Amino acid sequence: MKSSNRFNPDSSTSVGMTKPTEAASLAVFRIFFGLLIFCSMVRFWAYGWIEKLYIEPTFFFSYYGFEWVKPWGEWTYLLFGICSISAILVMIGWHYRMAILTLFFSFTYIELMDKTNYLNHYYFVSLLCFLLIFLPANAYFSVDAYKNIKKRFQYIPQWTTWSVKLMLCIVYFYAGLAKLNSDWLMEAMPLKIWLTAKYDIPLLGDLFQQKWMHYFFSWSGALYDLTIPFILLHPRTRWFGFFLVVIFHWLTWVLFPIGIFPIVMVFSAVIFLDGHVHQWILGLFAKVLRIKKEVFDNGKSLVFESKKQQLFASVLVVFFLLQLFLPFRHLLYKNELFWTEQGYRFSWRVMLMEKAGYTNFKIVDPETGKRFYVNNGNFLNPLQEKQMATQPDFILEYAHFLERYYQQWDIKNPEIYVESYVALNGRTSRPFIDSTVDLTKIEPSFAEKSWILPFGEEIWGF
Amino acid sequence: MKKLIILLFVTSIFACQSDDNMGESGNADNFDRQAMLANWADNIIIPGYENLATETEVLRLAGADFKENPDGINLDNLRNAWQSAYVVWQNVAMFEIGKAEELRLQNNLNIYPTDVDSLTANVMSESYNLELPSEISKQGFPALDYLLFGIHQDEMAIIEFYNSDSNAGKYLQYITNLTTRIDQLVDAVLEDWTTEYRATFVENSGNSALASVDKMTNDYIFYYEKHLRAGKIGIPAGVFSGDVLRNRVEGFYKKDISKMLFLEGLDAMQNFFNGQHFKSTTTGEGMASYLDYLAVEKGGTNLKNYINQQFDSARTAAIKLNDSFAEQVETDNVKMLEAYDQLQLNVVNLKVDMLQAFNISVDFVDSDGD
Repeated sequence: MKSSNRFNPDSSTSVGMTKPTEAASLAVFRIFFGLLIFCSMVRFWAYGWIEKLYIEPTFFFSYYGFEWVKPWGEWTYLLFGICSISAILVMIGWHYRMAILTLFFSFTYIELMDKTNYLNHYYFVSLLCFLLIFLPANAYFSVDAYKNIKKRFQYIPQWTTWSVKLMLCIVYFYAGLAKLNSDWLMEAMPLKIWLTAKYDIPLLGDLFQQKWMHYFFSWSGALYDLTIPFILLHPRTRWFGFFLVVIFHWLTWVLFPIGIFPIVMVFSAVIFLDGHVHQWILGLFAKVLRIKKEVFDNGKSLVFESKKQQLFASVLVVFFLLQLFLPFRHLLYKNELFWTEQGYRFSWRVMLMEKAGYTNFKIVDPETGKRFYVNNGNFLNPLQEKQMATQPDFILEYAHFLERYYQQWDIKNPEIYVESYVALNGRTSRPFIDSTVDLTKIEPSFAEKSWILPFGEEIWGF
Repeated sequence: MKKLIILLFVTSIFACQSDDNMGESGNADNFDRQAMLANWADNIIIPGYENLATETEVLRLAGADFKENPDGINLDNLRNAWQSAYVVWQNVAMFEIGKAEELRLQNNLNIYPTDVDSLTANVMSESYNLELPSEISKQGFPALDYLLFGIHQDEMAIIEFYNSDSNAGKYLQYITNLTTRIDQLVDAVLEDWTTEYRATFVENSGNSALASVDKMTNDYIFYYEKHLRAGKIGIPAGVFSGDVLRNRVEGFYKKDISKMLFLEGLDAMQNFFNGQHFKSTTTGEGMASYLDYLAVEKGGTNLKNYINQQFDSARTAAIKLNDSFAEQVETDNVKMLEAYDQLQLNVVNLKVDMLQAFNISVDFVDSDGD
């Protein structure tokens, strides 16, 4: 490490993960992270999505065990306000610990309100918030450190920046592993569908009609995800890696509607660069904001109390072990992962499926023999209906909601059946849920969902 | 390490380029969406509205004649004009886009059942603004249906009513207001298509959610699901309520017209799917040829044929029905439900399979994905 000759002699005895590194690296990460979350909150509000996704709907899909997490009606704006303010506080590093805790809880609460809006990158942000709770990201170039000399450190233990890097590496590598499946590699699906539809992009539009382009994008995408952690980690290739990160995420930003995720990834990847780059970035900020950056360069190195360090270390070890195993939990289920989606979320499976479905719920009153179908549009917005149609846990939750609803309308024990069809990755639609099963008799759980009809094919892969 | 990476990239590029030669013969060029949009506009939509505009003008004139002289002959003429226009309307009802969307044409022309009590209140008060959204169930074809066929028991009584009732003048005024409004709305939509909107529509051939192909396809499927399947068949058959609702049929007071209107609508939807020109057997670019270009298969046959077969099955089931659906749901609702089931089967083909092939999202919701 280049800057090691500037270290305090008394800390040079530290070895391994407790070895000091530039606190500036984490400070840069903190500033970008807070800023981007703030921007994405403002964007969410400006697009009217708070209203549309969290206030207008009458029904919300909950995560198992989190049924108590619901939007706050008009007060949901307050929740987004809390989240935005804490993001700003994290950015400037003022009352950092309180701010990052608030950010973690408010952001995660928002994500738990309706799983219709689940996105891997929101999950990613929640995880980073959690991680940042334990990291001294306010030790340098923060209001906290500016005001309180005791909190000011130029160097922090290496494990702090490494844990952020590890998180990023896991995301990439697991996303790469997930792409090693027969649909992605052998059929170039779903990119074949998505790219072909981009016929109106200048220059590339025509190329996207070519079969080899679909395969090129699929294969190079998988290769990128699997190798980029190593390219970024290796000192000699990290600039080349960063260049690849920019190109890759710029492309995904142009091609797919994935919001701020590409920007988050590009700015997060800055942490892989050398400490002097982070110093230079903060130098720029200091110049623009007319702050004396030198105040922070006190040569002091943060050393955790051993008890605290042990506690943090064990939390992080458990956290990362969980991260390593969670994406493989689908192995506990026999059925096709892409079809049932049992164990699909929270495992960095991004852009792997083009899935569309149609569901038609039948209500039967066993006492009168009366039967009729439900107009889903009466209860769900189009996005909820779309997500529900392809995901069995949504279908079951909605069926239970319908049961309660029609009980109010004097059907004591409604039976609820669903006729549903799903099309996956270019295959034409096929029946999805067993239409002879009364869904009111099935309780939500993590058990194998035997009421999903078999996919009838196998998609090979991780 | 670096060398290894570069090697991997280079080989992957080469590996894919050798694939190039194989792929070239496949689908090297684009499907011409602009040609499809032009075919829709020039050969189906605009001719449809032109035809309708002719009919609604006849309707307006017949309304004026009847007001002048409410005798049996003029009532007959007005009724015939109403029926002709109502039938032609079925051909363009699905095109709720552009001016039609702005004017909410479907809502103003064909909300049934008509709200008789409020309609009567309108007539009596002589003060009403038909342009208000609250007025949609008191105007259009269904309101005329009531005024021309349902206001009294039989033709004699109706003629009697319009000649000697103390409020006859108010009613006659209301009828001409309705026929005039229908004609004006249709003219406005036609004029927009022939002056500006045609170019806007055809040029907007991109693939964003607001582009013409996406919007039109969504409108088409929406109409199929909501109006053709649910409105004309499903709701009267009690599919969504459990009880048959005879007064919810289209053309309730005319009685023997609901099947005719349905079949006209079904034909129009199938023809549009096939890109078939209005009142002609010639076909041009449309959803069918687009599916052919994409070579989408379902159940061992291509999706285009699959969808057409399903349209045919729905027709076969519907032809067996009574001319009056109100009578059908009373006497033998099972046949009505069978027709519904056949219509239902195509929802999946159109909404899931066809949309996925076109990569169009259902009723686009503007949010992020990942």
